[in-house]
Amino acid sequence: MNKPGKDIDKRERIVKRIARELRDGFYVNLGIGMPTLVANYVPARMDVILQSENGMLGIGPYPVEGQEDADLINAGKETVSEMQGTAYFSSADSFAMIRGGHIDLSVLGAMEVDEEGNLANWMIPGKMVKGMGGAMDLVAGARRVIIAMEHTTREGEPKILKKCSLPLTGVRVVNTIVTDMALLQVTPKGLVLEEVAPGLTAEEVQRATEPTLTVSPNLKVMEG
Amino acid sequence: MNKVVANADEAVRDVFDGAVIMVGGFGLCGIPENLIRALVHKGVKNLTTISNNVGVDGFGMGLLLSAGQIRKHIGTYVGENKLLEQMVLQGKVELDLVPQGTFSERIRAGGAGIAAFFTPTGVGTVVGEKKETREFDGRMYVMERALKADFAFVKAWKGDKWGNLVYRKTARNFNPMMATAARVTIAEVEHLVEVGELDADMVHTPSVYVNRIFQGELYEKRIEKRTVRKAVASS
Repeated sequence: MNKPGKDIDKRERIVKRIARELRDGFYVNLGIGMPTLVANYVPARMDVILQSENGMLGIGPYPVEGQEDADLINAGKETVSEMQGTAYFSSADSFAMIRGGHIDLSVLGAMEVDEEGNLANWMIPGKMVKGMGGAMDLVAGARRVIIAMEHTTREGEPKILKKCSLPLTGVRVVNTIVTDMALLQVTPKGLVLEEVAPGLTAEEVQRATEPTLTVSPNLKVMEG
Repeated sequence: MNKVVANADEAVRDVFDGAVIMVGGFGLCGIPENLIRALVHKGVKNLTTISNNVGVDGFGMGLLLSAGQIRKHIGTYVGENKLLEQMVLQGKVELDLVPQGTFSERIRAGGAGIAAFFTPTGVGTVVGEKKETREFDGRMYVMERALKADFAFVKAWKGDKWGNLVYRKTARNFNPMMATAARVTIAEVEHLVEVGELDADMVHTPSVYVNRIFQGELYEKRIEKRTVRKAVASS
């Protein structure tokens, strides 16, 4: 398998597994990038309402060519469409919704996560600072935060660390980490390895992770 | 009461060098295109702009940037603008990045008479570093101050001659809060209607906030990331 194919498989495994955390009636915010793909795997007949930080509740699919509306975009500035039940509101109302704990689940990407659940996903010192956008509010406000990311960097270095080295997005905000290799829960006692990708062992996951993992007695295989 | 002005150039007649200006829009969605063009045309300098983004290179607020009119920018995300990156590194523009929720609430507070508020956003990060923090019910919060401006440039879909405004879809974004938080609020609308034509239940920004209003023209309404799905052919 050539590399690009592998990358798509990795992402698909991650987002498919995260989609299994969705429940009927959930209001969910999906971050830019890989997290948006979770929307492709919402189970049929399950109502999951997507919230967009720029002031929309109930994001529909991308429009058919010719139906694009410049006044209708998502947080990634892509054109989207409405669905039945869509509502619009201001940015102040949007972040009141987010910060006030009304969003059930926030899925974001990460550069680093550590064993305390600290998250770094907005800035690399030395490189131009682009801004944090809504990420800090999302992690401060959402009822549950799931990180969608590859387990290691391109160079094979761990992204799950004892302590984040990059500037933080939030302190103790992450609940669950889903990677191409594993599903881990953040607990007061550290990271618990609950699921491993098909064909992997707990030891292989530990070797790719900096902090010591507690392996769950009910360790399972990650299913999409 | 007549708040109607002829056009954007007349609307910005008293904008001065060094003014603090809030500009509505999220990316290129809901930006006051006419007012931005008029500001470039007027040539005022050393502006402090307050806006979620800074347009893109060559359009929207990117035009103000390349004309060298912005001295300081307060916003939440500027990644789409290579020119801004350069100007910041060269020390030509000062950049203040704020979390989007905090940014929204600071502007809302500015128009609502709230001097400061406590938010959990940014606690333990660089955002919370040099600010007062306080614990409430076992959780830490950081204190943020209200944000106000000399001028607010607001884009709405429809407005009546008193300045009641209605926004359209995601073009609403920061416009309603900014309309409340400046000494002079200028609204540009796609459809200027007579007083009485708007359904009172559907007014998003009540007229009290708007000082000047005009009907805009020549909207490009550029789409930053045109994203489509394939139409399924019917069999």
